[in-house]
Amino acid sequence: MKQDNSILSFLNNNETRAIAFQVITLLIIAFVFYSGISNLIFNIEAREIHTGFAFLSNRAGFDINESMIAYTPEHSNLRVFYVGLINTLVVAVVGIIFATIIGFIIGIARLSNNWLISKLAAGYIELFRNIPILIQILIWYNMALLTLPSPRGSFNFFDSIFINKRGIYVPEPVIETGFVWVLIAVVLGIALTFLMKRHFKQKHSKTGVYTHTIGYSIGLIFGLPLVVFFLLGSPLHFDYPALTGFNFKGGRTFSPEFLALAVALSVYTATYIAEAIRSGIEAVDKGQKEAAAALGLTQTQSLKLVVLPQALRVAIPPTINQYLNLTKNSSLATAIGYPELMSAFGGTVLNQVGQAVEILGMTMAVYLVISLFISLLLNIVNKKMSIKGQ
Amino acid sequence: MKQLVKLSVASLLVVGALAVQAGTLADVQAKGNVTCGVSKGLAGFSAADSAGNWTGIDVDVCRAVAAAVLGDATAVTFVPLTAKERFTALQSGEIDMLSRNTTWTITRDASLGLNFAGVNYYDGQGFMVKSSLGISSAMELGGAAVCIQAGTTTELNLADWGKQNGIAYTSVVSDTNAQTRSNYDAGRCDVLTTDASGLYSIRAQTNDPSEHVVLPEIISKEPLGPVVRQGDDQWFNIVRWSLNAMITAEEIGVTSATVDVVTNNPERERLMGRSGNTHEHVGLSSDWTYNIIKQVGNYAESFERNIGLNTPIGIARGVNALWSNGGILYSPPFR
Ligand SMILES: N[C@@H](CCC(=O)N[C@@H](CS)C(=O)NCC(=O)O)C(=O)O
Repeated sequence: MKQDNSILSFLNNNETRAIAFQVITLLIIAFVFYSGISNLIFNIEAREIHTGFAFLSNRAGFDINESMIAYTPEHSNLRVFYVGLINTLVVAVVGIIFATIIGFIIGIARLSNNWLISKLAAGYIELFRNIPILIQILIWYNMALLTLPSPRGSFNFFDSIFINKRGIYVPEPVIETGFVWVLIAVVLGIALTFLMKRHFKQKHSKTGVYTHTIGYSIGLIFGLPLVVFFLLGSPLHFDYPALTGFNFKGGRTFSPEFLALAVALSVYTATYIAEAIRSGIEAVDKGQKEAAAALGLTQTQSLKLVVLPQALRVAIPPTINQYLNLTKNSSLATAIGYPELMSAFGGTVLNQVGQAVEILGMTMAVYLVISLFISLLLNIVNKKMSIKGQ
Repeated sequence: MKQLVKLSVASLLVVGALAVQAGTLADVQAKGNVTCGVSKGLAGFSAADSAGNWTGIDVDVCRAVAAAVLGDATAVTFVPLTAKERFTALQSGEIDMLSRNTTWTITRDASLGLNFAGVNYYDGQGFMVKSSLGISSAMELGGAAVCIQAGTTTELNLADWGKQNGIAYTSVVSDTNAQTRSNYDAGRCDVLTTDASGLYSIRAQTNDPSEHVVLPEIISKEPLGPVVRQGDDQWFNIVRWSLNAMITAEEIGVTSATVDVVTNNPERERLMGRSGNTHEHVGLSSDWTYNIIKQVGNYAESFERNIGLNTPIGIARGVNALWSNGGILYSPPFR
């Protein structure tokens, strides 16, 4: 390189050029965003559309049939936001738990040596993965409505659980004062179990005497709280559902909307989790299984102690991604009217108030935060696993 | 570098195009059709048949505007919208006008950046139950499950009514009329509530309409009418007066069959654009009203064809009769 050509050489430098292009791209993006937003503001002002977040404290005025927190039409739009948010989280958590259980079972069944089981699992995956999730939600929902009996003809289980078109009604535990001691006893029981197990483990390694601890564990974890419970005079009773007039009253209700959504999300997402588990297991070297067998481990032991720990390392990241997808898919509930965030706030409040920018902005922010949280979780898991693997 | 220049110029153009928004009339004339937001399916108001032809009294308002502006009542692109989607679609410019059994309220008129151009059906909210329930008044509905559509005035009225009368209920909310109806059919709820017109329309579509009764209580005022974006007065005038032309034509007695008959009634000739210059005031050709009446018909024709007593929906004119016939339908004069 010659000294006198410094400018040219500067321009020819790959690195500076790359930076320059990035800066220009960034500027263009910033400009487009700026113009878009100022254009938006201009249009909103020109049409005198109300702006700002004052609507959040206004009376909502409409009813929501299912809420974890107290809600009446007298509550504010902000309250609707919370109701929707909590409903989203509830259905997501329930969906994630069941999708994981079903996915795990199907994933393992898929690799079963039993031809029928493996084909059934494959059929499950093919069927439920290839039908769009929205259609599955509608099918489960309308199927439930068409097949279940009306309130008067409810399926009745021991006069305490009732199933009909309007939902599943179960007794609701009502906690009285003093119940907190029972919970403390549970925690204490678990802590004592740990100590007890450690004690016997030490004894085992010192003296070689092995002690079965299961009896003690049950006694500590279940027995202790039960004793406390009865000593305090049973500080808990159940509120049973009963048919009054048109519908059941009392107890806790799981609406068909919630159930259809939870089932559809679980069944659908499970297919992806099953595939993740399967590919995880298949990624484990055959030699590992053979070595386990050579060591005299049984099939189950080999799966539990050798294959699964390695398989999960591969399977967990895509599974966590599916948790994210499930949470986002829960917004399809708006089709059947389960009042989650997108339906209650991003839909109904939006329509009553008309401030699309603010309301959709808030709704999007929630999904963004959930996404970021889940990817944070993913990073932590990845880090943990890779350290263990070395 | 060339690529980059091209890119920035292109993005400038895109942003520029966003910023410049011509009047709706010029837009509509340029693209050759009116984009009209209607309901997804409410027989008699707006519904598409299996061949994709839309009919209904709300559809007729779209057609009247297309006839007035483009001389062709068929030059309409229908955009079916749920109750929840309708205002955003209009605000964002996705549609030129909304004609979807939409209730005129102060909140919608004064805070959404929209204007109501008139009323094409005076309605009120009612309740429908299965006859087998043996109920004759809405006051007996305590504890019932109520099917309702999301994003409507219906939701708000029901909450007010429940509060005022101390009636507790469970709401079962759906996005579309189709799902609301199938929920009601399947027995997810005991009662369906919406605008009374909607109830009649839904009842007409059930397997056996006699198995359902509309309860006598009407719990709200629901003036339904077409809506446009705020800030485009010319377009607002066109939509408002297209509807008024249909009402005035009924009053004067002009129908699609008699529209070509020239008379010596000055008001009639003025309405038909054969004398005077009212067309200039709205910026359209002199045959704009002629085209509406010739191609769509007057208000009575539209009413009787879509929801009148000789249709399955079978609604009597009632308050929707002309003011001169005991109703409250009233158009300011064409003068
Ligand atoms: N007039 C009320 C309610 C209008 C409404 O959406 N009604 C429903 C129930 S009859 C409907 O028309 N649905 C038709 C559809 O979903 O396509 C409003 O403006 O909020």
